[in-house]
Amino acid sequence: MSMPYLEFLRGELGPGLLDGLWVSLVVIAPSALLGGLIGLTAGVLRVYGPRPVRWLTECYVSLFRGTPLVVQVFFWYFALPYIRVGGHGIVLDPIPAAILSFALCSGAYQSEYIRGGLNSIKRGQIRAALALGMTTRQAVTSVVLPQAFRRALPGCGNEIIYLIKYSSLASIITVNELTGTATTIAKNSWRNIEVFCTLGVFYLLLVTVATGLLRLLENSLSVPGFERPQS
Amino acid sequence: MDFSVAFNAARESLPYMLGGVGWTAGLIIGAMLLGLTLGVPLAVTQVYGPRPLRRMVAVYVWLFRGIPILVQLYIFYFGLLAWLSSLPGLTGIGLDSPFTAAVASLGLTSSAYQSQIFRGAIQSLPAGQLKAARALGMTDAQAIRSIILPQALRLAIPAWSNEYSILLKDSALAFTIGVVEIMARMRSIASTTHEPVSMSFVAGIIFFALTWIGVKGLTLLENKVRIAGYTRQGAV
Amino acid sequence: MSEATPILEARSLVKILGGNRVLENVSLDIGRGRVKVLIGPSGAGKSTLLQCLNFLIPPDSGHILLEGREVEKTSKRELCAFRQQVGMIFQDFNLFDHLSALENVRVALMKVKGMSKLEATERAVAELKRVGLADKATLYPANLSGGQKQRVAIARALAMDPKVMLLDEPTSALDPELIGEVLTVIRDLAQAGMTMILATHQISFSASLADEFIFMERGRIVEQGSPADLLARGAQSRTQAFCSKISELTGESGQSGQSGESGQSGESGQSGESGKAGAERRL
Ligand SMILES: Nc1ncnc2c1ncn2[C@@H]1O[C@H](COP(=O)(O)OP(=O)(O)O)[C@@H](O)[C@H]1O
Ligand SMILES: [Mg+2]
Repeated sequence: MSMPYLEFLRGELGPGLLDGLWVSLVVIAPSALLGGLIGLTAGVLRVYGPRPVRWLTECYVSLFRGTPLVVQVFFWYFALPYIRVGGHGIVLDPIPAAILSFALCSGAYQSEYIRGGLNSIKRGQIRAALALGMTTRQAVTSVVLPQAFRRALPGCGNEIIYLIKYSSLASIITVNELTGTATTIAKNSWRNIEVFCTLGVFYLLLVTVATGLLRLLENSLSVPGFERPQS
Repeated sequence: MDFSVAFNAARESLPYMLGGVGWTAGLIIGAMLLGLTLGVPLAVTQVYGPRPLRRMVAVYVWLFRGIPILVQLYIFYFGLLAWLSSLPGLTGIGLDSPFTAAVASLGLTSSAYQSQIFRGAIQSLPAGQLKAARALGMTDAQAIRSIILPQALRLAIPAWSNEYSILLKDSALAFTIGVVEIMARMRSIASTTHEPVSMSFVAGIIFFALTWIGVKGLTLLENKVRIAGYTRQGAV
Repeated sequence: MSEATPILEARSLVKILGGNRVLENVSLDIGRGRVKVLIGPSGAGKSTLLQCLNFLIPPDSGHILLEGREVEKTSKRELCAFRQQVGMIFQDFNLFDHLSALENVRVALMKVKGMSKLEATERAVAELKRVGLADKATLYPANLSGGQKQRVAIARALAMDPKVMLLDEPTSALDPELIGEVLTVIRDLAQAGMTMILATHQISFSASLADEFIFMERGRIVEQGSPADLLARGAQSRTQAFCSKISELTGESGQSGQSGESGQSGESGQSGESGKAGAERRL
């Protein structure tokens, strides 16, 4: 009948998935970075922004957290070209569309943790900084943010793990990352179980490695009193 | 983009899209119940079970939390369930339907997450509760059933409502294996009407509303089962 | 059963926790209707001993006998049956937070003793009445005062018809003004002939009640004897020294005798001494 699994893995599936893995990383890394930046900005604005700005960021967050990511991906890739501004639609290639959707969605979730971290810092910290003659901005950047960031880190790290898993949605808009490649191989080889289970293993490894790295980062930044909450 | 055209298209598509709510609801209810019935024993095992079993639960959780839901949908639909339903005795009972595959993958993933919710809730209870139950002569099983779980499940409701909204959003992926829920309908109607903008807004609003309804419902439940004066914050 | 057979007997209990020997070869027994009082500084091992007595903390070695029969701790069924006959009162009450006072008393009657709901309710109401809480039956723990919680806990234990009660500092977590109501219930129990082992810092109260004082220190029983002997003026006992330290702190006068060393605060902590009702002095 067909060739044994190991041969299939070595000859076709493995190399294919490794190519896909590369594309996945190309999607994940910028999304995570951008998402982190958006999340940080939105989080700070939600706590310290002027009222209208606060309100706007709240709207952004609940909109992007309240709807499925797949609807958002669909919107940026399929619907955006239909929105004509001055006669031109905005057409995004699959990979930029994926990165945009992931970053915006991830940023909304990240801002939750940043906000929580900021709110967990006691008023006294700011007051103490001001009492030393710092400006509000200095107090926020050099006293509040470093503390809030440590508090937010476990949540933000979790969010990156989610991002890794949900990057599989890029396959829906024809990006040939891990899942997209696997789907193609499965169609051509008719070996669904083997292909998709191997794909699952790839994600497990990716997620486990990322978790380990994030843990290392947390430990290297850890200060007594800011340990990871027991999970 | 002509707004009146878009608006009319949205209005006309609404009944068809709302027809998907039944499927979405079915997916979520099925998955939440499956997740609950597996999640509770998993959590109890992970807290009170013998070490090898605790290990096994940890591996289970690691597996289901590490594999994307989309990949699980493919594994179950194109792989496992298709294979299972080809076995003698298992044909023709709907094992290979997209709906079954979607409930299975959403539910099993949810069971992994729910087990961690319940584990946290159980561990947040003071140790004295179990001690007092044992001191009265209860077996561990009796103590867990009538003392620990009634308290832990109440504590878990807020996290449960978060789990609901995650499941709701994940359920939109079931369109990839052919469940005709909201997202599937949105896609097909968007391609026939060429109105993807208004259609994605309609779908977004429906999902938004479903999130709100579910979370409100669970808050009502939380208040209904609340015990007088019992407010243990930050349990989970 | 002969008159001499103790109801509960512990032989050479040893317990090692986190590397230190928390119980070092402790033996004790108690006859029907007797009251024995465990005293000693905090960390002496009183709680550990009491919890070993009903295997909530399994001893590392030693034997426990109920009415002359050794309890087989490896049999879960026997363990549960044994625990039903040994009532336990905790320092921090451990009422089931999701159950009302009535349900707290009733739950084990139904689940463990297999009583019908009606029967169990009747019994629970009677026990709540006995501790003076008939009117609080529907309240949840969060809405009861500490003293009321502890009385519900006592009712809950009594409802199981225990042969012996173990009480671990039942008033230590209470505000001074609430101690009296719990002590009254304990006194009534003693007078009704309940067999009890009581760990407490309430020296004069327990002296009026106890058949024997057992003084523990660093996991060992250091002294035991009648309260009168141990607390007698000039007894030169460790017990007396310890008690006079407590008395100094709480301002109690009485059997304390001439206090030896002073200054160092005894580990007695929170307990305001009191006899029947109310507190005399707050720390
Ligand atoms: N789980 C444990 N691990 C290590 N040591 C413990 C543990 N529990 C209690 N101990 C120690 O055992 C000793 C006796 O404690 P305990 O029985 O609570 O004393 P008491 O009730 O007389 O105050 C103390 O020194 C305490 O620190
Ligand atoms: Mg103690």
